[in-house]
Parts: sequence; structure tokens; C-alpha cells
Amino acid sequence: MTTIALLLITGLGLGALYFLIAAGLSLIWGLMRVLNFAHGAFFTVAAYAGWSASGLVGGASPELQWLVAVAVAVVVGGAFATLTEVVLIRPLYARHVGQVLVTVGLALATISLVQGGFGSDPKRLALPAWMTGTTTIVGANIPNTRLLVIAFALAVFALLIFFLRRTRFGLIVRAGVENRAMVQALGIDVQRAFTLVFAIGGMAAGLAGILAGTYYGTIDPGRGTSMLIFAFIVVIIGGLGSVTGSAVAAIVVGVLQQFLNFYGAAGVGDFSVVLLLAIVLLVRPGGFSGAST
Amino acid sequence: MSAPATLLAVRDLNVYLAESHILQGVSFDVRAGGITGLLGRNGVGKTTTLRGILGLVPRTGSVVLEGAETTKLAVHEIVRRGVAYVPEDRDVFAGLTVEENLRLAERAGAPLRYDLVYELFPELEQRAAQKAGTLSGGQQQMVALARALLNGDNRILLVDEPTKGLAPLVVRHVVEALRRAAEVATILLVEQNLSVAHSLVRDVIVLDQGRVSFIGDVDQLMGDAALARRHLGLAAAGSH
Ligand SMILES: Nc1ncnc2c1ncn2[C@@H]1O[C@H](COP(=O)(O)OP(=O)(O)OP(=O)(O)O)[C@@H](O)[C@H]1O
Ligand SMILES: [Mg+2]
Repeated sequence: MTTIALLLITGLGLGALYFLIAAGLSLIWGLMRVLNFAHGAFFTVAAYAGWSASGLVGGASPELQWLVAVAVAVVVGGAFATLTEVVLIRPLYARHVGQVLVTVGLALATISLVQGGFGSDPKRLALPAWMTGTTTIVGANIPNTRLLVIAFALAVFALLIFFLRRTRFGLIVRAGVENRAMVQALGIDVQRAFTLVFAIGGMAAGLAGILAGTYYGTIDPGRGTSMLIFAFIVVIIGGLGSVTGSAVAAIVVGVLQQFLNFYGAAGVGDFSVVLLLAIVLLVRPGGFSGAST
Repeated sequence: MSAPATLLAVRDLNVYLAESHILQGVSFDVRAGGITGLLGRNGVGKTTTLRGILGLVPRTGSVVLEGAETTKLAVHEIVRRGVAYVPEDRDVFAGLTVEENLRLAERAGAPLRYDLVYELFPELEQRAAQKAGTLSGGQQQMVALARALLNGDNRILLVDEPTKGLAPLVVRHVVEALRRAAEVATILLVEQNLSVAHSLVRDVIVLDQGRVSFIGDVDQLMGDAALARRHLGLAAAGSH
């Protein structure tokens, strides 16, 4: 029972990180038909920016250091994503091979730059004492970072749903996911929605970057790429363009992966996720949700 | 009597899609006020002409709206100058409610005509919270027309086959709505139902294989069976 609770909550924590990456990927694909391989670079650059900023305020309390790291990561993730959209993606709309090459290239170049600048060794993120502690839930000692990451993902989910359902920009995004040309034909500048969705996706990815550092305790150049792969799987399983679908799929994938990696041989969890992807693609090619939120 | 002003002037419009030369130098004028018909057999380029005016397909040539050239503008900028589009397949946002579909069409700064829209289509007010994807074809057509009618500063409505696939009773409703709409905006109407077209339009432009084959008065075209058959094909023979 305690093991199950631990695995479940750890899996939910992992799913929370996947969700933060997947939500942006899903909206970007849904609205613009761009497979954004650079999303892992947003994650990584933001994480290193947050880590550096937390070092700069090294004299401050660990709580403040951590909050600075989170704020900087979110801002840098959003800014990097916006810049990417404006400079690299915008000139290549409707040229899909070009976009794939540009985003893959950006991802590779960014990772090697980060590696060159910071080295490949993991960097320890300064955490407040309470985060490194545990909370006992049904007898299991759950690391507080797991609960923190889950809380952040829930908050981001609520914010995104509010944004999509209650704001005009959200209305434009939902309509654009269905039919971009018709949105333009209603006199709406879809381009602005594109930029905004990239910015939001980048902020969420940046948050994921620093929260992954919190969850694992360290930051390294390669994590963004490996998490991106699972986030893409989450996006496809959840249904492209659907934030709710991504949330459900992220939970399923994170929890499944934890349980099978624990009870099965090494790598069984990861493999089973790929298997799940194949099954979903066969049974429900549109993913869990065909809808636009 | 002075000729009514030209609202929209299309000159030498050329469209290539997937290597085919779909529109081959289409030119015509749309007078301000009333309904102008854009007719022709299946596949001659009527829809492509409307999409070309809006900039939804790549095109060359010139489209002048109230004296201003529009072909250099983005789609949304053309629309904001008062060009509304009611597409052939309606293109309502299926996952959005009726109310959201209408709200999306609202343009900042434009006087909104919800009173007119709900007077013409009371059903839309009753079904405001219903997902547009669950509406009948006729109701979806009402949403599409309502989106175009909503903004009070629209100058011209490009309406593509609004009665296609609808039951006779619904067709009558749509025809009535178009008649009312024509009192507040100019309409360029593509319509395959020739009796509907005849009852609504004044000026007619006929396309044939990507070129204009006839421009004139609707009675002149419909009144002459041989002329109608030559321009509109067999469909013209059966309708009155
Ligand atoms: N995206 C496209 N790529 C290639 N050819 C196209 C495309 N869209 C339309 N066409 C072709 O262009 C021609 C004109 O099409 P269009 O839809 O404008 O005709 P239409 O007069 O509206 O026909 P209908 O009465 O069937 O609605 C047709 O031959 C059609 O097959
Ligand atoms: Mg057509």
C-alpha cells in the first residue's frame, strides 16, 4: 500500500512535468500545425537561466532563491519561445519540412551551447529545506517536491482552461485549432494568436524546466530532450490541440511508467508507454479527445 | 439616371491551385446595393473567385473595394474593411457554442446587429449554448449567415451556395434572410438553385471554366432559354 502510494504520487509528479511540456506542444500543433522540436530547448535554457539567477542571489534565503529561479525560468522560457516564433517559425509557415529542420536544429544547437557553457555535469539547484523533506500519506513518505510539482501543474491547468474558455484570445485559439482560415475570414489576426500561444507554451516549458530541476534536485543539459519525447507521446495520446486530453494522457503515461519501471525489468515502463501510443493510434487515431480544449 | 456606384471591382483575377490555372483573368464589377449573382456550372471557379477576393488563395490581379486596392492586404485586413464570408460548407466552429461562434465574429468598433440576427433567426437565440457541431445543416447555415450579418459596418457579403442541401422550408427561410440582409449590405451570391437566384438577384455574372462568359441582367439571362442553357447548362432548362 505504501509502495503503491509512493509510486502513484511519484508517477503523478512525473505526469505533471510531462503535462507542462505537452500543453504548449499540443496547442502549438493544434493551432499552427508546427511540430515544435525546440520545445525541449525552451525547457533547458529556462532551467539554466533559473539556476544561474538563483546563484546570483546566493546570499538570499533558499526560499527566495528558489522563487527567483522559478520566475526567471518562466520569463526566459516565454521570451525564448516568442523569439523563436517570430524569427524562425513565422517565415516558414506552411513549409513543414523547413520547420522541422529549423526546430530540430535549434534544439541541437542550444543543447550544445548549454553544454559548452555549463558543462555536462548536473548542477544542483538550491532548494528550501522543507522541499527536501517528506510528507506521510497513507504511510508512505512522499518527497515534498512531488507534491509541489503536482500543485504547480494543477494551477497551470486551471489557468490554461480559464484562458481557453473565458477569454477572447482563448476563443480564437479554440476556433483556430478547428479552422484557421475561417478565423482569418472573420477578420481576426491569427498571427497574433500564434505568437501568444508560443509564448504561453514557452512559459510552461520553462516552468517545467525549473520544476524538473526541483523534482530531481539537479539540472542537466540532456533532460529536456528525453522529456520532450515522452511529452510528444502524451500530446498524441491526449489528442492534438486538447489541453484536457494532454492532462489526462500525462497522468496515464507518468503513472504507467513509474509502476512498470518499478515492478518490471528496467525500461519496461518506457517501452510500455510506446506500446500504449501504438494502441491508442490504432484504436483512437484522434487520441483520447478529438475536441479543442 | 446615373449608374449606381461600383462597390467592388475585380480585374484580371488569376488563381493557380496545384499547378492548374483555375481562374483565368476574371473581371467584373459589383454595384453597391442589392444582390449580384455569381453563377455557373459545377467546378467553374465560383468558390475560388470568392476566396480570391478574400485572399484565401494566392492570386494575381486586382480587387478594388470602394476605390481601394486590397490585394496587398492580409485576409483579416480585407475582412475588416467590410468583406464578410459565408462559405459553401458553412465552416461553423463545431466545438464552439452558437453564442461563441457569434462572439468570435464580433469586430471591435463595429456596431453589432444582434437584434437583426435574432429577429431573422430566433432559433439561434434559443440555442445559444448549444455546440454548433450538433446543429442541423439549416441551423448551421443560419450561424454562418448571422456571423456575416452581425457587424453593422460590413460593406459586402460573399455568400456561397447558402441553400445547398437544405429542405424547401429552410430554403425559404434563408431566402427571406438574404432579402433582409440585402437591405443593409451588398451581397455577392453564388447560387446553384436557379429559381432562388432568379428571385433574389438583379445583376448576374456567369463563369465558365475560369472565365467570365456572361455579364448582364438576370431577366435577360433567365428569360432566354437558349441563352440560359448555353451559360448555365442543363440545370437551367428545368427551372423557372
Ligand atoms: N485546392 C485545390 N487544388 C486544386 N484544384 C482545386 C482546388 N480547389 C478547387 N480546385 C478546382 O478548381 C476548380 C474550381 O473550383 P471551385 O470550387 O471554385 O468551383 P465552383 O464553381 O465553386 O464549383 P461548385 O459548384 O462545385 O461549388 C474545380 O475544377 C476544382 O476541382
Ligand atoms: Mg463552389
